[in-house]
Amino acid sequence: MRIKAQVGMVMNLDKCIGCHTCSVTCKQTWTNRDGVEYVWFNNVETKPGIGYPLRWEDQARWKGGWELDRSGRLRLRSGRRAGRLTKIFANPDLPSLDDYYEPVTYDYDALLSAPLGRNGPSAQPVSVLTGQPTPITWGPNWEDDLSGSPVTAPQDPNLEAAQHQLRLELEHTFMFYLPRLCSHCLNPACVSSCPSGAMYKREQDGIVLVDQDRCRGWRMCVSGCPYKKVYVNHRTGKAEKCTFCFPRIEVGQPTVCSQTCVGRLRYLGIVLYDADRVDAACAVEDPQDLLAAQREVFLDPSDPAVAAEAEAQGVPRDWLDAARRSPIWSLAVKHQVALPLHPEYRTLPMVWYIPPLSPVLDATGSLGGDDADADDVFAAVHQLRIPLDYLAQLFTAGDRARVAGVLMKLTAVRSHMRGLTAGGKVDTDLLDRVGASGAELEELYRLLGIAKMADRYVVPKAHEEDAARLDSWASTWAGAEGCALDVPGGPGTGGATVVSGPSIPVRGAAGARRNGGE
Amino acid sequence: MSTSVLVFAVWPYIALTVFVVGHVWRWRRDQAGWTSRTSQLLEPRGLRLASPLFHFGALAVVGGHALGLVVPARVTAALGLTEHGYHVMALVFGLVAGVAMATGLVMLVIRRFRYSERLRLVTTRLDWAVYGLLVMTAGIGLWATFGENLVGGGYDYRETISVWFRSLFVLSPDVDLMAAAPFVFRLHVAVAFGFVALWPFTRLVHVWSVPLGYLVRPYVVYRQAGSGTRPAVTRTPWA
Ligand code: SF4
Ligand code: SF4
Repeated sequence: MRIKAQVGMVMNLDKCIGCHTCSVTCKQTWTNRDGVEYVWFNNVETKPGIGYPLRWEDQARWKGGWELDRSGRLRLRSGRRAGRLTKIFANPDLPSLDDYYEPVTYDYDALLSAPLGRNGPSAQPVSVLTGQPTPITWGPNWEDDLSGSPVTAPQDPNLEAAQHQLRLELEHTFMFYLPRLCSHCLNPACVSSCPSGAMYKREQDGIVLVDQDRCRGWRMCVSGCPYKKVYVNHRTGKAEKCTFCFPRIEVGQPTVCSQTCVGRLRYLGIVLYDADRVDAACAVEDPQDLLAAQREVFLDPSDPAVAAEAEAQGVPRDWLDAARRSPIWSLAVKHQVALPLHPEYRTLPMVWYIPPLSPVLDATGSLGGDDADADDVFAAVHQLRIPLDYLAQLFTAGDRARVAGVLMKLTAVRSHMRGLTAGGKVDTDLLDRVGASGAELEELYRLLGIAKMADRYVVPKAHEEDAARLDSWASTWAGAEGCALDVPGGPGTGGATVVSGPSIPVRGAAGARRNGGE
Repeated sequence: MSTSVLVFAVWPYIALTVFVVGHVWRWRRDQAGWTSRTSQLLEPRGLRLASPLFHFGALAVVGGHALGLVVPARVTAALGLTEHGYHVMALVFGLVAGVAMATGLVMLVIRRFRYSERLRLVTTRLDWAVYGLLVMTAGIGLWATFGENLVGGGYDYRETISVWFRSLFVLSPDVDLMAAAPFVFRLHVAVAFGFVALWPFTRLVHVWSVPLGYLVRPYVVYRQAGSGTRPAVTRTPWA
């Protein structure tokens, strides 16, 4: 048993209002720079929809993640190592910028310099790449609230898999939001794809990072990640990805996306897992068994044997304590209401989701049922091929029963609490049917409904004895920025001199940085 | 000092010194900029065929040059390869590799023009210098192979240029040998050293990072807190 700690996240999709605050605060913090204009470490998609980048879930096209070969061994879907190296000169599985979107800025000068006139001036969108006026024809949230979806949503790969004819008429359709970020997987395909060994998983908390000093721009990680959560910075020519805000995590603070989440639906915590079991877990034959296999990898921090072994292996006490109070452990393992996104990619992702009940509740209403009555909702859960099949494609590799079980448990929490507060009585029949005790449902209610900050984010600080080492990281980083040749005009990555075409007519971050660098 | 000494003794040493010192300096100071600077994200279509054609061609060309310049004729002869056999092989191989590389190169240059709007932010003056020197070096090299060795009577560069080349590295450059070579070979050599001198300051440094270690390392890389996040100054480029 090799015990490791892993930071994980759970999102309660019922509460997401699709406000994109998480995406914007993340962008302000991490990708508000040249070369990553098109990059959203965190983005929020409306489902059904094809997402960002286009049809990222279509692994027949993008070849992300892992698969089992004929003898049942795990291998990257994009092929064996030697074969992948021969594709290094032109990666056939790499999305192009057009699969994301062309980043634009606006010609704000036109607003300021316009002469007095009858009509107000307007700012034209200008491509950040070409510097030319560009019509905006696609964007990372083009399908927001099903807006672009009449055209694109039928191409959602999950609908194909669920063999569902999507109906977009208002009274038949359904939708929910899916915030996405890197899952800091236990078996990261990105790390395994990186030819340089520049990507790594941190021993102490499992955060997956790109070493900017060792990345050589082979861009195999971008296609390797099935969630398409590694990006090429086209100015530096290196890969960048979500850092799980590790400088914040290290001091016990939640990630920026979690802290600023308007719906307060994100949970952060650590889980202990047995690194020796990971290989077997991601190689189970039936994709529908991957969920159970991943849960098996996690270790119960309340088990005295695990606790003793963890201490023997040097897991600090306060981390062990944090693991016991971890909302991730509660939601994903203890109550089993959270599910990983696309477990069939076999990366064992560590950002999990509580599937949304709201489409079912809507449907219960339109079927003439009462959305507060557990029986009506249970009936609806089973009658509705959609969205149940659809959710199953996203979260359980097509296992309807498992998604239905989670939805029924969420319904049971509502019914149970209503019974308690409105009538003061407990429906034991209901408890039996979802296989949970009243106390468990009440605990779940507190975690999901009250969700105080201290319960949502249980992030233990990095240890002080490590502080010097962490600090040295910070100083090398600053040092590297100070003396590397990565400045405009140098031979390094920043030396990209504009040699043709007009420069962008607006002063954005690019102008500021260039001025600052000289 | 005669022009020959300048071009075939002084200039190579200057170029090689710049090459070595430049690489050491760049490796120590610019890990963050040490990359292939891929532009596939911005423009994949023009790259699809051209880039593998160029790269595989270039690898073969480098291999051919290594064989021709570094391995003395008596060694290949001792291995049972006749003089004539060697030249037929070198000609056929050299032409295939050279044409592949040159075709790929021309396609890549065309790509930079054709998609110049998309690529303008990532195309530097140094890139153009590299393209220019590469086109010249490869073009003259092909001319030498075609003109002298295929159409012309054939020129046994292994008895002159190769010997001169090796003499550079024992610090007694035999300039006369080189000075007697046909003009196109002399031109090829002179331009090639310009390319060598430019190398460390361009994206070409990614060549030294060819990731062969990928074939043998474990899939998932773990790192302890703080360890190894320093710039990798102690590693050799090809490690
Ligand atoms: S989700 Fe994150 S850790 Fe997992 S494969 Fe993608 S980039 Fe790597
Ligand atoms: S901030 Fe929260 S509620 Fe808003 S889109 Fe992001 S996850 Fe959803």
